[in-house]
This record gives sequence, C-alpha cells and structure tokens, in this order.
Amino acid sequence: MFNKRGIPVICLAVSLAMFAGGCKKKVPPPPPPPPPVVEKPAPPPPPSAPVIAQFTAEPSSIQAGQSSTLRWQVSGEVTNVGISPAVGAVQTTGSRQVSPQASTTYTLTAAGPGGNTTASATVSVSSPPPPPPPPPPPAPAATLEQRLGSDLQDAFFDYDKSDIRSDARDALTRDASGLKSILTDFPSATIVIEGHCDERGSAEYNTGLGDRRATAAKEFLVQLGVPAERLSVISYGKERPQCTESNESCWQKNRRAHFASGQ
Amino acid sequence: MSRHIWMAAAAAGAFWLLAAQDKFDLGTITKEGERPRLAIPDFRGSGQAQSFMAPFNQTLWNDVDSGGVLRMVPKTMYPTTVPQQPTDFRQAPPPAAQAQRGRRGEMVQAPTGGGLWMSDWSGPPAQANYLAIGYTAVQNNLFVLRGWLLDLGRGTQVIAKTYIESLDEAGARKAAHEFAAEILAQFGGKSLFGTHIYFVRQQGRTGPKEVWVMDPDGKNQRPLTHFNSISNWPAVSPDGTKIAFTSWAHIYPGIFVFSVDPVRDLRFYNQRGVSTNSTPSFTPDGKQIVFSSSAGGCCRIFLANLDGSNLRPISSSSSIDVEPKVNPKTGAEIVFVSGRSGPQQIYKMNMDGADVERLSDGTGEASNPSWHPDGQILAFAWTRGYATGAFNIFVMDVASRQYTQLSHEGRNENPSWAPDGRHLAFMSTRAGGHQIWTMLANGTQLQQLTTQGNNDSPAWGR
Repeated sequence: MFNKRGIPVICLAVSLAMFAGGCKKKVPPPPPPPPPVVEKPAPPPPPSAPVIAQFTAEPSSIQAGQSSTLRWQVSGEVTNVGISPAVGAVQTTGSRQVSPQASTTYTLTAAGPGGNTTASATVSVSSPPPPPPPPPPPAPAATLEQRLGSDLQDAFFDYDKSDIRSDARDALTRDASGLKSILTDFPSATIVIEGHCDERGSAEYNTGLGDRRATAAKEFLVQLGVPAERLSVISYGKERPQCTESNESCWQKNRRAHFASGQ
Repeated sequence: MSRHIWMAAAAAGAFWLLAAQDKFDLGTITKEGERPRLAIPDFRGSGQAQSFMAPFNQTLWNDVDSGGVLRMVPKTMYPTTVPQQPTDFRQAPPPAAQAQRGRRGEMVQAPTGGGLWMSDWSGPPAQANYLAIGYTAVQNNLFVLRGWLLDLGRGTQVIAKTYIESLDEAGARKAAHEFAAEILAQFGGKSLFGTHIYFVRQQGRTGPKEVWVMDPDGKNQRPLTHFNSISNWPAVSPDGTKIAFTSWAHIYPGIFVFSVDPVRDLRFYNQRGVSTNSTPSFTPDGKQIVFSSSAGGCCRIFLANLDGSNLRPISSSSSIDVEPKVNPKTGAEIVFVSGRSGPQQIYKMNMDGADVERLSDGTGEASNPSWHPDGQILAFAWTRGYATGAFNIFVMDVASRQYTQLSHEGRNENPSWAPDGRHLAFMSTRAGGHQIWTMLANGTQLQQLTTQGNNDSPAWGR
C-alpha cells in the first residue's frame, strides 16, 4: 500500500500549504502542476498458499465396523489435494466415508503454488460391546418321541403276571392324561404299547406274556378315556430287554409296558 | 408194559433196555460192553487224495461214534501195521505153530502179525469185533474211497464198497458220511448225514436274530433269513422242504413259512390285526400249521392251512397257550405249553381241543416240548428242582408220565429230536454264551456244534 514513490509528493503538498499561510503578502509563482497521475498497473501480489476452510470427521468417534464422514473444503490456489492415509487424491471440496478399524488421524494436504497447507481430523475407533445373544428361540415343539419319553411312565408287573399292580395303576392313570394331551397335539399319531418280560421264563411263553401285559395296560387306558383306535399292542417277550443283568432289580425293569410311537 | 417197548423199537434193537418191568427208567442203557466193538484205523490216500484224509478220517470216526450203536476201540490200542484192503491180511499160523503158552499167570509174549493177522485186531488189547479198513485215491479227477467192514469173529466182509465223490474236502467228507451210514445201518443205527439242524443265530447280544441251517456235525452253517429283525423258533416240515418260524420282520410277531431249497417266503396270510402270532409247527401230513395266536385274546392254539387259510382256534383258554406240537405218529393229539394252572407247564389235548391233560407235574416251569418220532416220548425243558429260569433237558414217556433229566450243567433249552430218534439237539450255556449242542438221548456223546455268536432254538429235520 505505502510504496516509496508516494512519500515525496505528500511532503511537498504539506510544505506548500504551510508556506502559503505564512507568506500571504508575497505571491509566489504557482507551482507547476502536479505531474499527471499515470495509472500504472500494480505489480501482481505474490501468490498465497491454499486455504483449508474445512476438514472435519463426523462423527469423530465410531465403533469398529461403523463409518465416519470426512468433509473438506479447500480454497485458494490449489494444485493438488490429498488425504492420507488410505483416501488419496480428492477434489477440493467433497466428502468421503471412511471405516477405519482403529483410531486414525487423517491428514488433508492441499498443495498449491503458494505452498502447502495441511489440516487433520481424527476418527477414534472403539471396540464394539459384545453382540447381544440371539433372541431365545421360539420354544420348539417337542417331538412325539420326546413327549412319550418325558410325559409317560412305564407300568411294571410281577413275575409271570399281567395284572395291573397298584403302582402301575398310578402310573397308567397319569399316563392316560398324558396320552390324551399327546394325542391332541399329534392328531395323526398312534401309540404302540410294548409288552416286555424278564429273562427267566421260556422265550416262547414270554411272547404271549408280553402281549397280555401290553393288552392289560391298553385296556386300563381305554377305560380312562384314551381312544382305543389310537393304541396298539406289540409284544417283544424277552427279546428286547432294557437291562441285561441277572438279578431282581434288572428283571423288574424288564417286566413292563412301555410306550412308543406307532407306524 | 407194551408202552415200554417204544425205546427198543426206536433203537431197532436191544439198545434201550428197561431196567425193570414196573419201573420205567429212560436213563437205562445197555452196558458199554454189550455194544459191538469197532476199530477204525486212519485211512490213507494216494496222491492228491491224501490232502483230504484228515477231514475224512475225522468225519468217518465222528459219524460212527455219534451213531451210538457201536463202541469205538481207541486208536492207541491198534497194532502198528494197518491193512488197507482184505488182501493185505496174512493167515496166522495154526495154533500148534505158535509159541508154547506159559503156565497160568505167567506173562508170555503172544505172537502177532503186527496188524496183518485178524487176531491182531480181535485179540487184546484192541479186542475188536469189527474192523473198518480201506483207502482213498484219485481216479479220473474224482475222489474214490474203497471201504470194507470186516467181521473179525467170522472173518467175513460185511461191507465191501466203492464210493466216488468230488475231489475236494466236501467230497471226502461226503464219502466218509456215506461209508459211516452204511456201517451204522449194519447195527440198526441211522446215519444223520443228510439231515439238517435249523437254528437261530444272534450276532452279539443285541443284534438281529436270523434263522440259520447247518449239517448235524455243525458243518455248512449258513443263514436262511436276512430280515435284520427278530426271527425265532424254527420248525421243520416232516418232509424237510419247509420251515415255519416266528418273526418280527413285519413289526408284529407273526408266522412265516419258507421253502428251504430254494429259500423262498411262501406267505402265511390272515394275520392282519392280530398283535401276536407265534410258535408255528407242522402237522404230520405237512399240510397244516398249528400255532399260538392272540386273536380273540392272548393266546390260544390255532390251526390253519400252510397259507393261513381255514384258520380256526383249537384251545379255548383264558391263559397263555404256546408251542403246539402235533403228535408225529398219530396226528391226533397236540402237546403245548400253557400257563392255565399257574407257572408254564406241558399239556396235551386232542386235535379238537378236548381232553386237556397236564403232563408235567406242576412244579417249576416247563416248556419247549419236542415229540420223539415214535409219538410216545417227549423231550422238553423244565426247571424242576432248580431256580426259576434254570431249565434243563428232560425226556418223558407220555403214557406213563415217567421222566428223566438229561442235562445238569448250565441252562439248557429247546431240545429237538433228531430224525433217528436217538439224538437230541438243544441249546446250552454250559460253555458260555448260548450254543447248539447235540447228545445221545441218554445224555452222552455231547458235541458242541456252534461257537460264533449266540445260537438258540435248534430244530432237527430231514
């Protein structure tokens, strides 16, 4: 603004004004007109470095896997704008989504003839909290076999007998309501009552005895209202023992009526 | 008295003698010394035939021995030189030429022919009454046996025969079976060669049970069913061409009738809707099946044609009736097992279900009746005198109800008479596991026939 050539002109004007006031009586010759003002173009100002008007990361805190948006605006004389790491060359104005896995400071470098300008923005990344467990599955409908195993009890018998003992009466009474519920839930199912025996009698006779045990259990259940047409009877005699030791505890386990799903 | 003659008739000789007229004793048997003594030295084979002589000699000896009509002279008592044909014998010098006998009580070396004199075999120590000799050879790529049976007392040839079979171990065994059969026939015995024992094999303790068949010496074991289920309790038709058994192959225990050769399911119908059909056996004419059925309530004895048609109940019990067996001689009565009076016992009734009688005395539990071919004797399993479940083999004269116990070791069940009426097959646990054994009907001559898996329910048929 204040260049050296302007200073003598001002001094001359000031001194002329002072002199005129002090020497009113003598009229000095008029001063030469001032030189015409010559409009000379101002020399170009030296180039300035680019200006970074904006460089932000929003949000600045994310969880791993989320993304943050970098926004930037660069003005001034710019030849080159780049963001590191990972982003690379960009336009002077723009935005970019980044998903760093760890906290990262992004550096925006704007290069121009007037120099380089940098700005930085940090995206801090935190580990996510453990994911929540999946919602509890809808309670799976138990299979027929599972229901037979969990809802029904075997009925046990005395040696060489197919009479329903008192403990078998209790078991079968509970089984009757369990069976009704099962047969309602599985409207096409049929239930097989298996008759089993211990190892002592002859195998041939036990095939008959197993039939009588299963039949006795079936008749008891039918009396309690279990539909007969959905119950069948099969004897395994002593062919399918669930216990193979030769003692009374094991024999008792094998003298039973047992429930299985039909065909 | 006449009812006591059954055994003698069955043995076609004086083999089964009753000790006293009024006391029936099935266990009585003639003394060992009363059976003719037979020597059978090992036969030799020429050329390739020699490689089959071990099974040949074993089969010949085993067959004749188990026939039960001859007393086998132990091989250790034989002379060192074995004649291979009658012409090998040398005439013993006349008695005058023999060394002078010492005084009574003195040991004097008796002259011998080293085996080439008949007296070497008939005299001590062998003291044989009969001698079987022979040899084998290969001729036209066939196995040829030349066999002789010599009556040492008379110096005569009882048998002189040639047998020609295939040149392999099976052929060698077959020649031995045939020669043995001919020897036994000379003494009223019957060879079991050619008969079959059906049985049930279970691999492991929980595996499926299949019906198998084998020769009476335990050879040629092979399965007949492949149901991968429970198949049990075979019975053989009188002509040996069919078997009937119980199987869970179609879910519910039911009756199956199979032809044996070729193996084919002949189909037994009329079983639908019945929870249990079991324990079938054939009538003596082979045209009908008796079995136990839960039709109308478990379980009555039913009769039906071989295909299940013409089905009708015989017994009218409110108890468990199983294991019906029609008298093979008369066809007029059925023995069966029933729980009608409590623990299972053996009963008898007519073919129309009338005249029911209990045969076992009500003690213990009785099961598995098997008719002797003569229709007068039963073999069965009984726990009499033992703990519940501890069965042993008994035989009973049906008319007199006299019985005797044949087995005493382990659990023994499912006796089945051989077609010869002299042998029984049965299941025994005496050697561990369930295995099939055979014995003479006096409890001797025990042989274990199976070793693989668990084996039950032998049925001995043609």
